[in-house]
Amino acid sequence: MNIGKQFKEGLLTQNPVLVQVLGMCSTLAITTSFFNGLGMGVAVTIILTLSNVIISAIRKIVPDKIRIAMFIVVIAGFVTMVDLLLQAFVPALSESLGVFIPLIVVNCIILGRAEAFSYKNGIVASFFDGIFQGIGYTLVLLAMCIIREFLGKGSFGGGLLNGGAGIQIFPADYGVGMLTLPVGGFLTLACLIALMQWALSKNKK
Amino acid sequence: MDQIFTLLSITLGAILANNFIFSQFLGICPFLGVSKKVDTAVGMGLAVTSGLGLASAVTSLVHKDSLVKFGLGFMQTVAFILVIASLVQFIEMFLQKSMPSLYTALGVYLPLITTNCAVLGVALLNIQNNYNFIESVVYGVTGGLGFLLAIVLFASIRERLVFADYPKSWEGFPIALVTAGLMALAFMGFSGLKVW
Repeated sequence: MNIGKQFKEGLLTQNPVLVQVLGMCSTLAITTSFFNGLGMGVAVTIILTLSNVIISAIRKIVPDKIRIAMFIVVIAGFVTMVDLLLQAFVPALSESLGVFIPLIVVNCIILGRAEAFSYKNGIVASFFDGIFQGIGYTLVLLAMCIIREFLGKGSFGGGLLNGGAGIQIFPADYGVGMLTLPVGGFLTLACLIALMQWALSKNKK
Repeated sequence: MDQIFTLLSITLGAILANNFIFSQFLGICPFLGVSKKVDTAVGMGLAVTSGLGLASAVTSLVHKDSLVKFGLGFMQTVAFILVIASLVQFIEMFLQKSMPSLYTALGVYLPLITTNCAVLGVALLNIQNNYNFIESVVYGVTGGLGFLLAIVLFASIRERLVFADYPKSWEGFPIALVTAGLMALAFMGFSGLKVW
């Protein structure tokens, strides 16, 4: 087991969003303000880590044929818990993420890691895999949020700093309003993936 | 009469103005994954449409007649995903038996309908919007048709992208995302469409 290698894979060389291209829906949909991105990232990281640990723990007693169904039930259980906790303690976040919290169940990152990693590896390795992949996902979300919010509305830290309005860096009228719309999500993510591919190919040479 | 107008406005919204792909971001994975050829895109679109229609019918009944009745609303996510997973299994067995060529063409993406966010998404949105049974089914089917429209258009553009000349690091997903972004911009034009 090599934690350093897992760390590098989760954040860079095997980044769930930029390299494996998993979990696109939430990445595109909710990255309009800093708080949304942070909340979603933390929620996914927690669920991913817990489900990785549980799936790795039960991997020897689950028959091969029904493993996907088992994974989904485990994941759905954790998602329901997080959903209810958010509704109870952070209602604002729960409201702005809306349907995308229960949709974490079908976030391909979690099922993908269950199938590709934790079903084949030990509990400790799965635990770290969950944390690092989750952090890799969160970092991409935050990068998307910061870019879209800054260029689109001229602010930083929306929903979190300055009583929810965010710090205004330049007047919102001068922003590229398009970036806060769905179009902006597609274009920003395209630029980030292209940047990643460029960096990886340069690294290889 | 009112009912018909409601259904019509749901239809228009689901196909054009609130297209699942371009404005709600549901079902992006199969949209990007199975859109390299028009034929497979059509197959995927039809599979998703039938999946969405069936799923919204069944989950609407499950929600109203068992979850709400027994006060189990909090089990919504778990119950829905199990229902959807078994539905997809049925579609898979049906296709394998009656349309083997489509079955092999769809390959791994067929079981992936289970984890297609559009399918679970439509079930949850039906509940959120308080749709009754008929409205739910119409929303599911027309949402699927919107997906079909989007993926077929996208696949035909992508087939031509092969001949385009763009920087090497944009190959694959980035250029596809830019295309999707431009299409989303075009579909935004429908958002002013409010007839009723």
